[in-house]
Amino acid sequence: MTREMLTGNAAAAWGVRLAEVDYVPVYPITPQTEIIETLAEWISDGMMDARLVTMDSEHSMITAAGAASATGARAFTATSSQGLLYGFEMIYTVAGWRVPLVMVNVSRGLSSPLTLEPDHNDVLAIRDSGFLQIHCETCQEVLDSIILAYRLAEDERVLLPVMVNMDGFYLSFTREPVEIPNPEEVREFLPPYRPKHAFFMASQPMAQGVAVLGGSAYSYFKYQMHLASLKALEVYGEICAEFEREFRRGYGPVEGYMLEDAEYALVMVGSFSTLGKKAVKRARDRGIRAGLLKLRLLRPFPEADLRRALEGKRAVAVLDQNISVGKGGILYSEVASCLCNSKKRPVLLSFIGGLGGKNISPHEFEFLFEKMIEAFEQGTLNGPHLLYTEQEWEEMSLLKRTAEKEGAA
Amino acid sequence: MKEEPIKSFRDIPGEEVLCSGTPACAGCGGLLTLRHCLKALGDRVVIVNAASCFTLLAIYPLNPFKNSWLYTAMASAPAGAQGVRDALDVLIEKGKLDSEEDLKVVVLTGDGSAYDMGLSSTSGALYRNLDFYYICYDNEAYGNTGFQESGATPLGSKTATTPPGERHPIGSELPKKDLFEIWKSHRPPYLATISPAYPIDLINKFKRAGQYRGPKLFISLVPCPPGWGTDPSRSVDLAKLAVETGVWALKEAVRGEVGHTVVPKRFKPVEEYLRGQGRFAHLFRPVRQEETLREIQERVDEYWRLHKLLL
Ligand SMILES: Cc1ncc(C[n+]2csc(CCOP(=O)(O)OP(=O)(O)O)c2C)c(N)n1
Ligand code: SF4
Ligand SMILES: [Mg+2]
Repeated sequence: MTREMLTGNAAAAWGVRLAEVDYVPVYPITPQTEIIETLAEWISDGMMDARLVTMDSEHSMITAAGAASATGARAFTATSSQGLLYGFEMIYTVAGWRVPLVMVNVSRGLSSPLTLEPDHNDVLAIRDSGFLQIHCETCQEVLDSIILAYRLAEDERVLLPVMVNMDGFYLSFTREPVEIPNPEEVREFLPPYRPKHAFFMASQPMAQGVAVLGGSAYSYFKYQMHLASLKALEVYGEICAEFEREFRRGYGPVEGYMLEDAEYALVMVGSFSTLGKKAVKRARDRGIRAGLLKLRLLRPFPEADLRRALEGKRAVAVLDQNISVGKGGILYSEVASCLCNSKKRPVLLSFIGGLGGKNISPHEFEFLFEKMIEAFEQGTLNGPHLLYTEQEWEEMSLLKRTAEKEGAA
Repeated sequence: MKEEPIKSFRDIPGEEVLCSGTPACAGCGGLLTLRHCLKALGDRVVIVNAASCFTLLAIYPLNPFKNSWLYTAMASAPAGAQGVRDALDVLIEKGKLDSEEDLKVVVLTGDGSAYDMGLSSTSGALYRNLDFYYICYDNEAYGNTGFQESGATPLGSKTATTPPGERHPIGSELPKKDLFEIWKSHRPPYLATISPAYPIDLINKFKRAGQYRGPKLFISLVPCPPGWGTDPSRSVDLAKLAVETGVWALKEAVRGEVGHTVVPKRFKPVEEYLRGQGRFAHLFRPVRQEETLREIQERVDEYWRLHKLLL
């Protein structure tokens, strides 16, 4: 084991290297590119025994990665925002192939307007595809999650691809101390991939990805995927327990922060949860019994864990770093759906923040807790609340005046 | 490894890799092409398919092949071939797969993928010198979706999206793309046109192609009875007429060096090929579209003149 300062992207590359991946088709896109460049360097220097191929698009890249996985190789690839959408067709396709591909998505807001900074509309666009989704808050989590992801994807009870997500810039380009485990230890935890279900070889002809006729066959295979994804919750638990014994780092499907005795809970995902945790601490200092629940697994959705953690709270605010235009926060709907039948259902509030990397200021978090208290005490419920500070409004007004060429200062 | 060419029908391998019992239409020229191609390739093959009529050859739980199969999507079969080829190579190199288990990787698509949506992924595979075969069966339209105009649709063809009407009497107003030249510009080691009506030529081309590493590409002009508006029994004759009139030039390009493999001694008039097809009927009735008919003939003549095979 060694300890190094690594960016989220470098941590991802280390996870891939330690997983002893065979094949890496790539395509550049900011803020993901550092991952594939790091792998390219290692492969070129002979420090990693894998083949890397630069493809002509993400659509081709995901096809090649999935096809290699279907042939029996351990494959990896990474992308971000526009790239994920460009390859979208193949995300569903590859999931249906039931191959254990692991991908990293470095979240970035979707065009248009074009931006480089993060929110989760990209990765949530593939929410329903069959890919499992692990969302990371720290660089260490990125490295560990990739190793966990291969164990999970390759488990015969699961056989679904996994997307490991991190936020662009806030994690991809942020250096944090990361423990890099020894290759031997990782190999013990994650042995080489020996496919039993999907491969190509001359002596055993096999048809993969074939069409079906009619709804009953189609539904059968879709239900199979759904059940396998639900099963992955249980498998994830087993694998994480083993990982924790081996490496002394544990990762539940959800993580609570000051949550146990909290009356007001905030639900978040990804690197912005760090801001949320700070806000919870400050709220506690002001005498509010605040807590935070971070969702690590978004697919399968850890309903039972979530319900257990949030039932009986006075109010729960889901802070979505995404927006379903015309509806609101995507995760708000998901959280609401698993609490709506609960007898100990808390009051639920929806907030949108952090779109395109917009900061969430302490002031905005204060507003959010005020709203929760108000909702609990006075029953006032409205929303979703679109977070935006006065200062941001001023700055935006200036931009608009400039655009209109009117009295720009 | 260079193989001896075959000389007669008796030399065509008797063993079938593509077995009977498929949902393809009677008289499908594409299926006949594929049958010959697989006789030449054998069964140690994985076909990587793009969305097309032939996607429906493999419907769970049955398929007519003795070889393996992977359906990808419409645009990216060559990228799928890249993944399969690379994975086989890596697994064999690492000793995870016996080299005896190796397979030929064969992309199979219609013209819609090959001429249009799949150009980027094909260009990528050619650029990377991927060791694979590409069989494009060209029925000159998006057949599976009901015969709409594609980049392969020839001038004057009626399709579902180029219906001849008062304002647009000739059907498709655009000439066919030259995929052979597009592919050739990448200088693949082997590239050829083939025809289901010339199986000896077809099989010998596969034999010659087999000696090269890298892309080995084949385009077959294939009669498609429902789309072309022809009787299934006439498919082989039509494929033959396409060659005899000079509409479909049988040729190959080895590293970009072009040679014609079948040159009619005397070219039949193109009208003989067009006349019997429903998709060209409006060029003859109710009025002859003289200008279009002349242009079609002229384009064919120009091609052969350019290659100094027509004086
Ligand atoms: C991305 C995408 N767009 C459109 C389709 C619909 N589609 C399926 S098959 C097909 C026609 C393909 O035409 P071609 O490649 O010429 O093969 P053919 O059907 O003629 O055999 C189309 C357009 C699809 N499957 N995927
Ligand atoms: S529509 Fe044409 S290409 Fe498709 S199966 Fe029928 S004959 Fe063959
Ligand atoms: Mg076609």
